[in-house]
Amino acid sequence: MDSALLVHRLHFAFTVTYHYLFPQLTMGLAPLILILKTLAIRKNDERYDRAARFWAKIFGINFVIGVVTGIPMEFQFGTNWSHFSRFAGGVIGQTLAMEGCFAFFLESTFLGLFLYGEKRLSKTMHWFAALMVFLGSWLSGYFIVATNAWMQNPVGYERGADGSLQLTSFWQLVLNPWAWLQYAHNMSGSVITGGFVMAAVGAFYLLSRRHVEQGQIFVRVGVIAGLIFSVLQLFPTGDWAGRMVAERQPVTLAAMEAVWETSPGAPLVILGQPDVAQQKIDNAIVIPKMLSFLTWRRWNAEVKGLNQVPKEDWPDNVPLLYYAYHIMVGLGTIFIAVSVVAGFLLWRDKLYQARWMLWILLLMFPFPYIANTAGWMTAEIGRQPWLVYGLLRTADGYSKMVSAGNGWFSLLGFMGMYTVLSLLFVFLVRREIERGPDPAPDPMQPKIKAGSVASVEVR
Amino acid sequence: MATIWFMIVAVMVAMYVLLDGFDLGAGALHLIIARTDEERRTVLRAIGPVWDGNEVWLLAAGGTLYFAFPLLYASSFSGFYLPLMMVLWLLMLRGIGIEFRSHIGDPMSKLFFDVIFSVASILLAIFFGAALGNVVRGVPLGPDHYFFEPLWTNWRVGEQNGILDWYTVICGVVALVTLTLHGALYLATKTEGDLNLRARKAASVLWPVEMLLTIVSFVATVLVVPHVLENYSKWPIGYLVPVVVFASLGYMSYAHNKGNDKGAFLASCGYIVGMLVGAAFALYPNVLPASTGPEYSLTIFNTAAGSHGLRVGFVWWTLGMLLATGYFVFIYRMFRGKVRLEEGSGHGY
Repeated sequence: MDSALLVHRLHFAFTVTYHYLFPQLTMGLAPLILILKTLAIRKNDERYDRAARFWAKIFGINFVIGVVTGIPMEFQFGTNWSHFSRFAGGVIGQTLAMEGCFAFFLESTFLGLFLYGEKRLSKTMHWFAALMVFLGSWLSGYFIVATNAWMQNPVGYERGADGSLQLTSFWQLVLNPWAWLQYAHNMSGSVITGGFVMAAVGAFYLLSRRHVEQGQIFVRVGVIAGLIFSVLQLFPTGDWAGRMVAERQPVTLAAMEAVWETSPGAPLVILGQPDVAQQKIDNAIVIPKMLSFLTWRRWNAEVKGLNQVPKEDWPDNVPLLYYAYHIMVGLGTIFIAVSVVAGFLLWRDKLYQARWMLWILLLMFPFPYIANTAGWMTAEIGRQPWLVYGLLRTADGYSKMVSAGNGWFSLLGFMGMYTVLSLLFVFLVRREIERGPDPAPDPMQPKIKAGSVASVEVR
Repeated sequence: MATIWFMIVAVMVAMYVLLDGFDLGAGALHLIIARTDEERRTVLRAIGPVWDGNEVWLLAAGGTLYFAFPLLYASSFSGFYLPLMMVLWLLMLRGIGIEFRSHIGDPMSKLFFDVIFSVASILLAIFFGAALGNVVRGVPLGPDHYFFEPLWTNWRVGEQNGILDWYTVICGVVALVTLTLHGALYLATKTEGDLNLRARKAASVLWPVEMLLTIVSFVATVLVVPHVLENYSKWPIGYLVPVVVFASLGYMSYAHNKGNDKGAFLASCGYIVGMLVGAAFALYPNVLPASTGPEYSLTIFNTAAGSHGLRVGFVWWTLGMLLATGYFVFIYRMFRGKVRLEEGSGHGY
């Protein structure tokens, strides 16, 4: 592999992986904060206001880091992938610019209002600000997913006179079927992160017997969200995503599942290590015929194998793709199991006392991040060797004028910068968690409105 | 259509410079005019609710440039690789300085974050000026429309251009002074007491420097790139631009001496817009002239995206901007007036 190409790929992979740790939490928390604000108004209960205020602080820290690590993503299309930008900018420039024009302004304006304006705004207006922050962050997600979806499944374009692609149908680009399915799967994944993180912080408070009343709210809202979205993540969204890959990128599916030969009644590999040289799987544990059924709904359906296409059209890192995909699916299954048990205990009113379960919830928080990252690795490594599927190879898309030396310079710089950011982030989030949500207002003070009285009965 | 998008991108860049310009200027002055912790918090409070939204204009302008002129984006971003990477790091450091200072209590870390905020603001102002200088001067574009510039070569304007040479350094200094003055005038409108006095004093000191540098930069530009005058002789209406620039400078001084801080700030806005429009007017229809020969220059015509895309974009862009303007008016009204620290909020600086 040309070393400049390798550096540019690592550059994007590193910065985008790091970046997405933050938006997945903000996109996941945004609807949960909105739910807390809604509960506060509907039940006229200030406990939920305090919960929302606490999570807004965590949201704010993540948002800032999401913004500052997001700017380099947009820049890199031009700096490191200039040929790709020249080739495809006439199409995907649309979705990227729309993100700037619609989502960023919305999100940053109303986040400022939500964080700084609680005292100046009426309750309804503050709720409205939360709604707009939610809309802004989810709109932003849509435009980014639509951009990626176009790279996976290019639609609505034609080739211009100079060989670059130009938009012919705005609606095909925006309503790309791949985009809708990928979006559903991706957003559900981010709410899993939001829910599990919220539940983990709640479990931490319950286990350390502090902020008990708020901890119970966090665990309850987090577990319910985690349960609903872990199930949606598998079915229907994961199912949709898998079948779409089978239909439009059969080579990718073959590499994800390490299917070497086209065969009817293909088994589903649960565990095992792929050996690309010998085209086999070591230590395989399989469910016979399951893969055929999952993709085509028939036990004996034919699943295309890697032998269908010449090796130069295979994803260039089959083992990594295979593991990324299996880690995603494996963790997704664990999330369902954990949230079903936690949800059952919650329903029987036993969750807050079940310390073993709270420990599990606490320790679960890193795994949704890993699963979301693995999911994106599946999408991105799976698309290789293409940058725009079937149209532009990754090896042809990078900036030829930017040498490997300059690429390493900035990659190392970003690594250093992100180390500093990580330290600050951990420090700040830890401090917010240490400090905890605001204490319940003193019921003796006459200023407090009705409804807050209920909050003093701490268990 | 391409001309319309050229104007749109120019307007968005101007919006960014006007809005983030006062943040950057306030940052450049931060260590000098705000001495106590309270004053520094006041400065941050004055820009806190808006800096992030202001920076969004940079992203939106970048995104619009990408969509309307993909080849220009590809060529200029890869060619200016090193300075852009540094701009990214500086933007990050600046965000860290602003946002994290309030979260960490001890005076030593506060000073650390203040220094980061201020130094990053100063360097960004210089970088942006130098970038504009590069665009006006031209870059060594090859027949494939790509180029690459090292940070500096021999500091001379010639065949072997670096990002920095004597001309672009002048542009960087002009930008620093302009934005610092802009920031001083903004702070004067937003603060009271000693801080207000010092902001006003800074403005008084900077004004003559800006006057001098404006003349120097005009002369230098005409010396380095004589053909900038072509468009002015073709469409003499362009001569209004220097009139606006100097009229703004004159009114700035007049309003400032009268104690009309708002008027002076608006004059500074007029000055910045005048300078940028002057540059855009001189360049048109080039967007990135080639120092290697005019046949390699990037123009709005050879870099524009397809016409269907540009037409569709015009519809949603108009809609998006109407919405964004609405939000901005709303939030500036919410946070209007002088900044006072006692107005507490959960997430204060």
